[in-house]
Amino acid sequence: MIAPNTLLISGGRIIDPSQGIDLVGDLLISEGKIASVGGAATAPDGCPILRAQGLVVAPGFIDLHCHLREPGFEDKETIATGTRAAAKGGFTTICCMPNTEPPIDTQATVEYVIKTARESGVVRVLPIGCISKGRKGKELAEMGELAQAGVVGFSDDGSPVADSRLMRHALEYSRAFGLPVIDHCEDLALTEEGTLNEGWVAIRLGLRGMPDAAEEIVVARDLALAELTGARLHIAHVSTAGSVELIRRAKAKSIVVTAEATPHHLTMTDEWVMGRRGSPDSSDSFGVPLRDIGGSITYDTNAKVNPPLRTNGDIQALRDGLRDGTIDAIATDHAPHTIVDKLCEFGLAAFGISGLETALGSLMALVHSGQLDLSLLISKLTAEPARIIRRNGLPPDLGTLNIGAPGDVTLFDPDREWEVNPAQFASKGKNTPLVGQRLRGQVVATVCEGKVVWKA
Amino acid sequence: MRVRTKEIAPSLVARRSVLDLDDFSREEIELVLETSEAMKEVLAREIRKVPALHGKTIITVFYEASTRTRVSFELAGRSLSADVINLNPSLSSVTKGESLIDTVRTLQALGADMIIMRHSEAGAPYLVAQHVQAKVINAGDGWHAHPSQALLDLYTIRERLGRVEGLRVVIVGDILHSRVARSNIWGLTKMGAEVVVCGPPTLLPLDLNTCTGYGLPRLAGVEHNLDRALEGADVVMVLRLQMERQQQGLLPSLREYIQLYQIDEERLARARPHAVVLHPGPMNEGVEIAPEVAHGAQSAIEEQVTNGVAVRMALLYLLAGGAGLARSIS
Repeated sequence: MIAPNTLLISGGRIIDPSQGIDLVGDLLISEGKIASVGGAATAPDGCPILRAQGLVVAPGFIDLHCHLREPGFEDKETIATGTRAAAKGGFTTICCMPNTEPPIDTQATVEYVIKTARESGVVRVLPIGCISKGRKGKELAEMGELAQAGVVGFSDDGSPVADSRLMRHALEYSRAFGLPVIDHCEDLALTEEGTLNEGWVAIRLGLRGMPDAAEEIVVARDLALAELTGARLHIAHVSTAGSVELIRRAKAKSIVVTAEATPHHLTMTDEWVMGRRGSPDSSDSFGVPLRDIGGSITYDTNAKVNPPLRTNGDIQALRDGLRDGTIDAIATDHAPHTIVDKLCEFGLAAFGISGLETALGSLMALVHSGQLDLSLLISKLTAEPARIIRRNGLPPDLGTLNIGAPGDVTLFDPDREWEVNPAQFASKGKNTPLVGQRLRGQVVATVCEGKVVWKA
Repeated sequence: MRVRTKEIAPSLVARRSVLDLDDFSREEIELVLETSEAMKEVLAREIRKVPALHGKTIITVFYEASTRTRVSFELAGRSLSADVINLNPSLSSVTKGESLIDTVRTLQALGADMIIMRHSEAGAPYLVAQHVQAKVINAGDGWHAHPSQALLDLYTIRERLGRVEGLRVVIVGDILHSRVARSNIWGLTKMGAEVVVCGPPTLLPLDLNTCTGYGLPRLAGVEHNLDRALEGADVVMVLRLQMERQQQGLLPSLREYIQLYQIDEERLARARPHAVVLHPGPMNEGVEIAPEVAHGAQSAIEEQVTNGVAVRMALLYLLAGGAGLARSIS
């Protein structure tokens, strides 16, 4: 009789940046935990086997930032569908943002999310609690109770904490629990009615833009407050070159700050909104100035996201930040929406990209183009985010293939090409600007605590 | 008198929509202007009606207030014998929460051959054009485009000055929020004019400089000083100033705007003697334009309105599949 959640993953290229491992061999999971890494494992009789020849075998990916929409917006996504999308994208641990209805600002809501995830989810769900009651930015949420209930950080994501005094107190108070305060950095006065990056595309399309400065002003403020309070600050979805530079300087001053960037901000520019879907990693004409371009333009609401897609200069700065450690982790900001939310006038469409299932395929373009080392990419999806959410009560070994760590493993084919077809998404959110695009790199199987939760 | 038709260029029949002038060729613009000439002749007759679009249904859908554009399109459609229906979205099921796409699909199901739409959201007509078979004309979308206005401006300039090529056109005022400016920049440059834009920096953003030659055609100048901008101008296109710009913090006061950017007789004297003054309307006389200029000899503002009907007739006719009409009248 085989112990439950026992699995042999044979013959893959095992890459675990947390231990500096990159070797070809077997990986054995026994009773839901990593039992052996490398060499030829001797599996018990009848042990299920995943053949991984030609595949990369990595620790299960961790997403610091996604929106599962439950409770409150179950038409957009549920914990059941969102965790299946995560599994399909190679994520075994996902942190869900609290901008639900009701928001995750009480113990009861945290418990509801955790319970629902246990009952209907297929991967580990770690809720993030609100910074302020009702996400209103007026009074602190009961952060201590939220921490006791199991949140891994605090955020009013979707909205910034506009009041500097409240942000200061949130940072100070969070120190009692050692959890990060995650800010969505946006000066609302500068982005009011804005729908995309401020720049020539906005001028061309006749839309109100959102300037880089709107993000950078709040990043700068938060860094000053992190220095003042000594608390743990995490900057969500960094999108501008200026923000990268601010964070780099803060880290040089030993301010306690971590930062994430999304796959879409690392690969797409604001030109995607008008239908010019170039990439710095493939298209020959990318970055070439357009001369008097006429002809067909679009208003692609699937490329409408906040913070907005920026420019090639910002993409390059974010990539520099990934390489030099300024940007610690990659997070999807998976933001599923219904067709009704997106199939409408651009200005009225919801912000957000459904990103869990395209993350790896998008990011592998950086590896294929020689911009990012494969092991570093995996680290930004595993060991690094694990470090940011490490806390009491969690398995101590997320994001690693250490012996005894949870048997969370992602198998992917780095070279398999596939076409993005949202109709096949596990997520309810079909909102991706990548529709019809060919990506190279696909998740083949996802294993969570020894259970195969996705297999292509 | 009758209009003698002869094919001088392909019609716009291959088009499913007129959304902006950015995707128009110079030949297509010429065709519209030539056809407008013939339509203007029709409008000069005692019976101002031809049967060209008899049996066709045109529905105008204006989500934003308009007087001249809507009436102009309606008159144009009626002069071509089309059935023209005006949908007032505030009285329709739109107020019951119907989506834009459902609304226009309904109009199509009711038999609309053409939908003429104005919307406060930039890009809305693009969405509509993607989802209906009916032909779509953009009658103004947000800050983005207003192609029929640009065409009637081109027509009026050519009527007054005999050509567009080589002229220096100065667009003055709130460039940032102006669909008229954007469509005119496309149309004028395609026809070989030089375009200079002038306004206060808050209404003429930095990005207009950086996007020149990128997202928009190359401009001959981006000026904040009106006197300098007007030197050598053949055409002065004055834009309406929305009064709320002051509350939005974009302008310190109307008084200062008038002082710095109003086109009055003294300023106009810096332009070339034959210079023509245009305004898309509705005017704030005494704000962006002095009454003496608005009603002076150099003003072509009333002609713009008259020409608007002819140009829109040409657009409807050509878009419905009509061939080009020669200017010659027998």
